[in-house]
Amino acid sequence: MSLLELKGLSKSFGGVHAVQDLEYSVERGKVHSIIGPNGAGKTTLFNMVTGVYAPTSGTVHFAAQDITGLPAHTLTALGISRSFQNLQIFFNMTVMENILVGRHLHCRRGFVQSLLHTPAIVRSDESARLRAAELLQWVGLEAYISAHADSLPYGALKRMEIARALASEPRILLLDEPAAGLNSKETREIDELIQQISNSGVTVILVEHDMRLVMGVSDHILVMDQGQKLAEGTAREIRENPDVITAYLGTGASQD
Amino acid sequence: MGSEFLQFLLSGITVGAIYALVGLGFSIIYNASHVINFAQGEFVMIGGMGTVFIASAGVPLPIAMAGAVLLAVLIGVCLQKLAIERAREASVVTIIIITIGASIFLRGLAGILWDRDFHSLPAFSGEQPIHLWGAVIVPQSLWILAVTVAVALALFLFFNRTMIGKAMLGTAHNPLAAKLVGINTNNILILSFVLAATLGAVGGILIAPMAPTHYQVGIMLGLKGFSAAIVGGLGSGPGAMVGGLLVGVAEALAAGYISSNYKDVVAFVIILLVLFFMPAGLFGKRSSERV
Amino acid sequence: MKKPAIASRYYGVFVLAAVIAILPLFLPNNFYFDVAINGGIAAIVCVGLNLLIGYAGQISLGHAGFFALGAYSSAILTDTYGWPPLMSLGAGLLAVAVLAFVIARPILRLRGHYLAMATLGMGIIISIVLNQEVNLTGGPDGMPVPSFSMFGREINSELAWFWIVGGSLIISVWLALNLIDSAVGRALRAVHGSEIAARTAGIDTTRYKILIFVVSAVMAAYAGSLFAHYTGFLTPSEAGFFRSIEFVTMVVLGGMASVFGSVIGAAILTALPQFLTIFHDYEHVMFGLVMMLTMIFMPKGLLPSLRNRIYKRSA
Repeated sequence: MSLLELKGLSKSFGGVHAVQDLEYSVERGKVHSIIGPNGAGKTTLFNMVTGVYAPTSGTVHFAAQDITGLPAHTLTALGISRSFQNLQIFFNMTVMENILVGRHLHCRRGFVQSLLHTPAIVRSDESARLRAAELLQWVGLEAYISAHADSLPYGALKRMEIARALASEPRILLLDEPAAGLNSKETREIDELIQQISNSGVTVILVEHDMRLVMGVSDHILVMDQGQKLAEGTAREIRENPDVITAYLGTGASQD
Repeated sequence: MGSEFLQFLLSGITVGAIYALVGLGFSIIYNASHVINFAQGEFVMIGGMGTVFIASAGVPLPIAMAGAVLLAVLIGVCLQKLAIERAREASVVTIIIITIGASIFLRGLAGILWDRDFHSLPAFSGEQPIHLWGAVIVPQSLWILAVTVAVALALFLFFNRTMIGKAMLGTAHNPLAAKLVGINTNNILILSFVLAATLGAVGGILIAPMAPTHYQVGIMLGLKGFSAAIVGGLGSGPGAMVGGLLVGVAEALAAGYISSNYKDVVAFVIILLVLFFMPAGLFGKRSSERV
Repeated sequence: MKKPAIASRYYGVFVLAAVIAILPLFLPNNFYFDVAINGGIAAIVCVGLNLLIGYAGQISLGHAGFFALGAYSSAILTDTYGWPPLMSLGAGLLAVAVLAFVIARPILRLRGHYLAMATLGMGIIISIVLNQEVNLTGGPDGMPVPSFSMFGREINSELAWFWIVGGSLIISVWLALNLIDSAVGRALRAVHGSEIAARTAGIDTTRYKILIFVVSAVMAAYAGSLFAHYTGFLTPSEAGFFRSIEFVTMVVLGGMASVFGSVIGAAILTALPQFLTIFHDYEHVMFGLVMMLTMIFMPKGLLPSLRNRIYKRSA
């Protein structure tokens, strides 16, 4: 049964067709990857699914519910969460606070209650902090638990963003180039993290350029080129698909 | 009735030309640096007040005018080098506060070093009113319109026909690429301030014979020039010209037909309406954020 | 992980309360009380404005407009219509809240320079209206304001006003600190950090921006009402552009995203023109200089910069 269903999804910016008529199904509980050359429309696709852009045409269904064009914050409440290709860290806050923001929908948020610092607010914040600490530990950042976000190295920031995305207890997690800029050791750690996330029951979709990571971790791969679906299938099928090889993997197979 | 309308129209166009000059200054600096220079109005003030005070020291009027423009340019360059360049990587709020601080500083300085009275300049070619289809226009208005058109043409040629001008446009579109092809973007920024200061000062000199200049004249003229710039689309030269005319005429018509007390409100209401409903203005470009 | 004890959490509030409690002993005459009271009134505006500028990352160059609207509502309702002061205060706050709410949605769609200009325009429109509606406001010549009375007792002495303003300030600071350290507060700061990440974290950023805009407007209006009754006479210059810039300068000098910074910034920039003749005579020049120099050399403001000097950040 598919958790996420895209039908005829398109996005144009003026004359540029970033995504054209895309059909894509994401099954529950698996790790899906989307690959393709730069400019293929992968991040645009993510942006449409997560409410950052409204599609020009087509539909997005999540758990059989039509979510096309809904704003981002509504989609988070429905269980969709993401990380960003160009990190969107809250550098004006601590690491803990970054994760707590991710946990926003699970915290008590009454305005007057917050002004008065009621016991209920205190309790809610306490349990949010406990969960945030768990998540930080889970992604391997316990060393930074008391740190300020602007003191973290790049690799740690990438993992912090994932922890923040997980804090909303999503059903589906979209990771936009989680391994970008990481060395091979860090990439292996991301690989393990993704598998752990998938094992915990969260469906994962990732956009990636690192082929070793993609081939190793994915249950299903979608290949995009120039805004359209080029091919989809298992890692094996994609590796052997002649169109894909021509368009993309040909020169990239020998990459790091 | 018709001649009354024509009268309002003519006075609106006259003052609108000044707004256009100020608006052009905003657009040029915005194009070069994506900064809205809140001190733009002070260049206008320096043009008018500067001329008055330099002339009062016995300097012949034309030289005093040139001196005032030079003074404005000097201050503009100082502003760019000492204040804005230092805070280049800073947030938008920081830069806004710097330019506002500069405008307040300059205004205060003018009030102290010069004075706080109103001053007029003699009209360029006399004050004999000219009758035009039942409306009256003073020669100074014609000067304003003529100079504004001349300035607009000069800028058009500069941006489209000279290497430096084209380099400025290139820097506006893509600073990194500009640097990579060897354009000194710092100098471009300084040049943008030179142009904006010149435009402002010239506007201040042109209007001084008709509306007395004063150390605080920069606030309103600056803001109205800004409204001209955004009506046309911030960053667009033709936009600033059209915007200036529209704001000037709207103001004159409102003063004439609705209430002269609320004349000043017109420009601000226009600012709000444009920002709310049409932020790209008439000729500006819309942009979207890349994530 | 350290458990925040009550003492450390409200440490600053206790210090502030202690300072306010003891201060009257050190103020030799009414002039000093006047400076302190005006400083406190400005501080209340700045604490609210800082929530908008420093924490939520927006900007307003027109907040004196809300200040003046609060002041004039109290003045008009008590003077012209004879309403009791507390009721006038409440009505004024409600009116400003509604106005701010209506303006907030369209205005907060703007960012950066455009938002600055729009709020500037808003402030100036308010000041022009106050200037022109002579029948209602007395126009540029101003209008008198009856003295404040609560539960039948008239508040007239400097000391009584000192306690009212001081108490209001302590409460404002306490509420602000609570808000900042809550999920709502974090949501606001997230809007500043990265609006898009905030949205994908489930935060309705528009709603929160509107919320804090209204809150800061109401706080400014409250301070305005106190100001009206305290000074007994109002002119439209209270809504003016320079007043708005004064408030922003206080916030910026003291430290954006620092509640106590706003208090200190307000205190300094209220006291300096009163005590330093050079500041008084050349007020505009000095203010302009303070704004430029602070932003160029100390962009985080006084308190955060001092804090960074004293405590090294842990990695």
